[in-house]
Amino acid sequence: MSINATLLIQMIAFVLLIWFVNKVLWAPLSKLMEDRQKKIADGLSAAEKGKHELELAEQKAKEVLKDAKTQAQNILGQAEKRGSEIVEDAKVKAAEEADRIKASAQAEIEQEVSRAREGLRKEVASIAISGAEKILAKEVDAATHNDMLETLVKSI
Amino acid sequence: MGTVEYIQHHLTNNTLALNAEAQEAIDKGQMTFWALNLDTIAISFLIGALIVFVAARLGKQLETGKPGGFQNFVESILDFVSTNVRDAFPGHNALIAPLALTIFLWVWLMNFMDLIPVDLLPMLFQVITGNEHAHLKVVPTTDLNTTLAMSFTVFALILFYNVKIKGVWGFTKMFLFHPFGKFLIPVNIVMTLIEEVSKPLSLALRLFGNMFAGELVFLLIALIGGTLAVGAAALFWAPLQVLLDLGWLIFHLLVITLQAFIFMVLTIVYLGMAHEDDAEMGH
Repeated sequence: MSINATLLIQMIAFVLLIWFVNKVLWAPLSKLMEDRQKKIADGLSAAEKGKHELELAEQKAKEVLKDAKTQAQNILGQAEKRGSEIVEDAKVKAAEEADRIKASAQAEIEQEVSRAREGLRKEVASIAISGAEKILAKEVDAATHNDMLETLVKSI
Repeated sequence: MGTVEYIQHHLTNNTLALNAEAQEAIDKGQMTFWALNLDTIAISFLIGALIVFVAARLGKQLETGKPGGFQNFVESILDFVSTNVRDAFPGHNALIAPLALTIFLWVWLMNFMDLIPVDLLPMLFQVITGNEHAHLKVVPTTDLNTTLAMSFTVFALILFYNVKIKGVWGFTKMFLFHPFGKFLIPVNIVMTLIEEVSKPLSLALRLFGNMFAGELVFLLIALIGGTLAVGAAALFWAPLQVLLDLGWLIFHLLVITLQAFIFMVLTIVYLGMAHEDDAEMGH
């Protein structure tokens, strides 16, 4: 176990090996591990951010939902109001229409009655004339006694 | 082959002399600087190349989203190392973490050679080379050259950052006024010197000692079967060897991990101390 020139060779070998290990093992692998750590840290912070954003979105969704509900309530209320208005309107219109129809019917009836009365009057006049003819057994000139007959008819 | 020779053979490096004088010294069994431990260099280089090769292959199929099994495993090692760096190192320096990772991986894998059966690789080597006396010491961290090379490199970084962060004057002040203040300057210089020099030495010697001792125990366990298991006695000694080997292997798995971890953590701590400014030092 003597110390000899091997010492120098081993020193050179050691220094070279340090250089090589740094070059091919330490530098690439530690860079990779650092990158991975950074990636994980980034991922974690992104997840944290995502969670926060999700919370915000949930809150927003709740607000929107609440808004929608009140709006729906409003619309429903309005619709109800409008519906009852329409019904009310229809009722009024229907009543008016009924009145109108009733009035026109009344007018027609009256017209019919007066027409029937006229017809009857004429009939009575002719019956009266023919009756008078029979009673008198003599020709009564319809034309000459027309005026008298007219008066007679009217008085009936 | 006798017991002592067996152990000595296993603990001798396959050495290449760089000049004639060195060859002469090696032949005589003396120490010489101008020689290379070929086995240590080859095995530690192969392990280093393995790390780079596997890392490069992994680098081609990295996944950010769903990492596969092996990438997960490597990532957990990386995580473990960077956690230690964060805990023990004040401030920021891009060099510390790759340095710590390199130390942990390289030392652990070199230590792991200790868990391969002690005779397997040397025997293979002897068969391949055709020389039945060929030396092969398989664990690079049982060679002081390897552990010292790493700790000296770390020491050079400690000095560099001490000067860079504290400045030349700040670093000098550390030697002059630390730890006993301005009235004991000579003592301070000696103390700080010992403190600083003991850092690389303790790093290197701790790892070397643990691995060397571990290897030695493996060799001794291997000797049970080799020397005592003859004839009918094998029925007793061979199972004992297997049992002891298994026990020591499991324990040693802990030791090699612990030693790699200690080397890494102490490196981080020492460099962390080098990065501290002299605000709290007495002057």
